[in-house]
Amino acid sequence: MIDIQVQKKLDSPSGNMVLDVGFTIEEGQMVALFGESGAGKTSLLRILSGLLQPDKGRISVHERIWFQSQPKVINLKPQERNVGFVFQDYALFPHMTVLENLQFAAGTRKNVNLQHLLELNELGDLKHKKPKNLSGGQQQRVALARALAQQPNILLLDEPLSALDDNIRRKLQRHLLEAHKEYKLTTILVSHNIEEIIKLSDWVIELHHGKTVEQGHPHQLFASKEISEDFKVTAEVLSIESSGNSFVAQLLVQNHVLKMSFSQKQGKSIQKGDRIVLASNDFKPNVYKE
Amino acid sequence: MIWDPLVLTLKLALVTTFLLLVISILLASWLAQTRSKLKPVIETLVSMPLVLPPTVLGFYFLVAFSPGNAFGNWLNDWFGIKLVFSFPGLVLASILYSLPFMVHPIQSGLSSISPSLKEASYLMGKSKWETLTKVLLPNIKPAVLTGIVLAFAHTIGEFGVVLMIGGNIPEVTKVASIAIYDEVEALNYEAANFYSAILFITTFAILLSVYLINGRYIKPFWK
Repeated sequence: MIDIQVQKKLDSPSGNMVLDVGFTIEEGQMVALFGESGAGKTSLLRILSGLLQPDKGRISVHERIWFQSQPKVINLKPQERNVGFVFQDYALFPHMTVLENLQFAAGTRKNVNLQHLLELNELGDLKHKKPKNLSGGQQQRVALARALAQQPNILLLDEPLSALDDNIRRKLQRHLLEAHKEYKLTTILVSHNIEEIIKLSDWVIELHHGKTVEQGHPHQLFASKEISEDFKVTAEVLSIESSGNSFVAQLLVQNHVLKMSFSQKQGKSIQKGDRIVLASNDFKPNVYKE
Repeated sequence: MIWDPLVLTLKLALVTTFLLLVISILLASWLAQTRSKLKPVIETLVSMPLVLPPTVLGFYFLVAFSPGNAFGNWLNDWFGIKLVFSFPGLVLASILYSLPFMVHPIQSGLSSISPSLKEASYLMGKSKWETLTKVLLPNIKPAVLTGIVLAFAHTIGEFGVVLMIGGNIPEVTKVASIAIYDEVEALNYEAANFYSAILFITTFAILLSVYLINGRYIKPFWK
């Protein structure tokens, strides 16, 4: 179990902000940290991994104290925490091959099956290549395999898929899920992609300006709780214009852009950039195979 | 012997470059990551030899380490170290005088590496030393090579500081650049030309090899 209660003053581009969060994560869960950029998600991962020291608080992971500000200051170094961290830029060592990257991370641990890790991430054929000769998706898989090679206590992923296009992103989501299933690692994932969060995580913690605003199961959190329709999807409003006596909106549903018309009353309550739920309790779509 | 000044120059440049490499890696890695208020002061001191006449450094060196002074005398009495008009003195002065040529490339190399590489290594449980030697330095080989070559070539080219501190003692402090001056004063142009031509060709070859390697015209030996 991870128990975290921390406060830290941050200098963000939009001025000073106090990160003040507290939550608990069960062992083996995949938790998503969700929120707009600058909400403190990455800072929180850095605090958890020991790269950033909080001003006050307490962090305990699997019943071991990693940080406490009182009564006695305890602050484990990043080296002592054994955190697997997948950085946004992957941070692969450019002078090492894929295999060497994994070996460096595994260090003196004897019981790591690097071959299996390479195969799990479809890297078998690439193991003697240098990172600069790999595509973004391949680099991301190396970063994940490398983080697993050190047999970490927890796994932290900082927007691991944000730089990739949709097809590769979906494939990697599958890899992440497989790895999570196999290693049962407590994982924290920073993301602002709702589709990704719903697919991957068991629990979502939403941050806003350094504070926890909401947490819950992804489906509950992203869809309003009162609706219990048979069919519902979350959509982002890309644009909305009035057309005659109705409104036409462009919506982003997962990775598809849909055009949809709304009544006057509905249209007036929606603005560009809103996240809305489309729900229906009498939904009879035409179904055909691709 | 006519070769003595050249051998001495080579010896001085090699010893200086080696010691400077060790000192500069430590100093540059501190400078590249510190947030200390002392940083600008240290950076200024490191860069001073770029603008200061070598005679200024030589003069203060003489004043500080002369056995006629308390400090120089104490060094001599307690450790038997005599830094004025001696080879160790030349090495020390050369290290100070060539410091920016080694520190600057390494420092800018280290600063240009994404901080996440260092952090990733720490999170894998690697110590600062292991991170420096196995992650950071291997990724700034061109910068380290530039530093080594510039410091080496600059030490070969020293004159003022060497003359002030070392004087002109054959086989002890008479390096090639001093020998040229000496031979010209004695109107012995042939010998002066001998030393000059060798220094010219050597430094040209050294600098050319750096530009060729760092410009990727030829493949470096480590790849």
